[in-house]
Amino acid sequence: MEKLFAIFTDYTFQTVALGSALLGLISGVLGSFAVLRRQSLLGDGVSHAALPGVVMAFLLTGIKNTEILLLGALLTGLLATFFIMGIVRHSRIKFDSALALVMSVFFGLGLVLLTYSQKLPNANQAGLNRFIYGQASTLLQRDIVLMGVCGFVLLLFVVLFWKEFKLFSFDPEFAASLGFSTGKLNVLPSFLIVLAIIIGLQTVGVVLMSAMLIAPAVAARQWSHRLWLMVCLAAIFGALSGVIGTLLSSSYAGLPTGPVIVVCVTLIAALSLLVAPRRGILHRIYLRRKTRAYIESEGGGVS
Amino acid sequence: MSASAEIQLIAVIVSVSCALPGVFLVMRKMSMMSDSITHTILLGIVIAFFVTHDLRSPILIVGAALMGVITVWLTEILVKSRLVSEDSAIGIVFPLLFSIAIILITRYAGTVHLDTDSVLLGELAFAPFERMIVRGVDIGAKAIYTSGVLLLINLILLIVFYKECKIATFDPMLAAVLGFSPTLIHYGLMSVVSLTAVGAFEAVGSVLVVAFMIGPPVTAYLLTDNLSLMLLFSAGFAALSGVLGYQLATFLDVSIAGSMALTTGLLFAIVFVFAPHRGLISALLRKRKQRREFAGYTLLTHIWHHEGKPEEREENAVATIGKHLRWDEKKLRRTLTPLKANGKVAVVDGVIKITSKGREDYRQFVEQLLS
Repeated sequence: MEKLFAIFTDYTFQTVALGSALLGLISGVLGSFAVLRRQSLLGDGVSHAALPGVVMAFLLTGIKNTEILLLGALLTGLLATFFIMGIVRHSRIKFDSALALVMSVFFGLGLVLLTYSQKLPNANQAGLNRFIYGQASTLLQRDIVLMGVCGFVLLLFVVLFWKEFKLFSFDPEFAASLGFSTGKLNVLPSFLIVLAIIIGLQTVGVVLMSAMLIAPAVAARQWSHRLWLMVCLAAIFGALSGVIGTLLSSSYAGLPTGPVIVVCVTLIAALSLLVAPRRGILHRIYLRRKTRAYIESEGGGVS
Repeated sequence: MSASAEIQLIAVIVSVSCALPGVFLVMRKMSMMSDSITHTILLGIVIAFFVTHDLRSPILIVGAALMGVITVWLTEILVKSRLVSEDSAIGIVFPLLFSIAIILITRYAGTVHLDTDSVLLGELAFAPFERMIVRGVDIGAKAIYTSGVLLLINLILLIVFYKECKIATFDPMLAAVLGFSPTLIHYGLMSVVSLTAVGAFEAVGSVLVVAFMIGPPVTAYLLTDNLSLMLLFSAGFAALSGVLGYQLATFLDVSIAGSMALTTGLLFAIVFVFAPHRGLISALLRKRKQRREFAGYTLLTHIWHHEGKPEEREENAVATIGKHLRWDEKKLRRTLTPLKANGKVAVVDGVIKITSKGREDYRQFVEQLLS
């Protein structure tokens, strides 16, 4: 117990846990919209596409400042989203193929730039590849402040455009017929999702960011049919797994924070799929048994 | 053979063997499954390594391929529960398996010489260092033979099961009726994809395998509707991006796999813009042509409607017709000029009159609309 207390009062732990919780909260909220809009894998694509942006920002400015690197990531992330949408709109290629193509090509570009930067005479470029795997333990207090500010802006947007987001997630045609500008309102959620992904990159990395976006939302979806409740639950699940993951990885040696957070959040999702009331798998089995018993008691049933 | 020729040969073999199963992935709308599989094979490799403690053991490949199939199976369980949509299911399963793999590697890093960099990123430049030696004679880089076997397996399976794959891809119901199990073909294809991903990731890294699996087929898809041609074009584009990618990489002195993926993207971009019929330019041109044709018929309708009526001088005059159609000067000029040049309308005393040729053309257009 004392050991646990010591961990909780540790400054590094507090910083990392706060960062992971913030990330879980933000990605939970925006992930709900990504999942409902059937764009879950956009997160995967955008996070891969961020790599060339990070390296290019470094090559152009020569500064390894988180804000500048993330700005580069944001630009290429948005560019990739724009390409994906453009390919789908102007050709017969489907969304999934366009996504797979654009993300892997952008990642290839990122590798080319990364190997190019490694030849440069100054040795300052080391550590750029922490964006590939993410390194929650390197989070600093100013990173947390950045995450907090971005997260606040994102949540503000979600609250302000709540009605529009809801409408567009469930019935875009109806929204268009009501006279909402489809173009702008379709882009806004995607833009916010991209921003959320970029914030999470340095904590959990390119590969695992998509789980942070999807798993809390899938878990929350099982517990409620109301959008606001689902979004709140997703935020809670995300934040909770951020804290638990950090706690586990700092109590046992050799457990990397990002992957542990992802395992936690997936366990929550799996548990929700199993035990959620009305929708859950166990409840369905129970219902089936009950119906069978009822039918048999009425003299029917399959022998 | 020189080292650079060997690397290019490996690059071509690897990218062609990725592109062949990739065609079916694209046609079955399962492109993102390749992304999922290429990540989870890491877990298969790690687990198989804990069993064998030998990084060169062929069991590693079996483990990896098995993990690929397990990934597909887990994803499908989630989809079939109908609680999760397909894309979300993919997005939950592979990060979980990948996370477990990274945790295992980090936790036992001291005993395992397996780093995530080599799996995720790969390095083709080191391929010629490992030689294939038969009875003391050096017969080329080892990777040429391993990737060659892979390509051969893919080619044989493709030729033998071409008909089955085609039917199961485009009409699974028909396949089931004819007695080919679409499920069996599905899992067979997924095993081939996993096996290919395992064989390729050593050379090019797991993320870029996706580029080679999806890039060439998508590019070929813009050029043809014929499956065999699409396979052929994909193989061609794959080989081309292997060679060009290597040249670019040596020119810039950067990662070979990265520049191969980049070349795949550039080839796609060129085809996307310039392809006949389905390219961006020809689509935009077609849209413009249709818009202009439609404007022409709109003008003819307006003239026909008002001709011989008292308001004709106001409605059909060159100077005032723009106001009635709500067209600006430029659009009116653009529409009127070709109509005059083709002799469909004539301007008499400032009023546009429809000619007998224009009348005939318009009649045909209306008949075509009504038929």
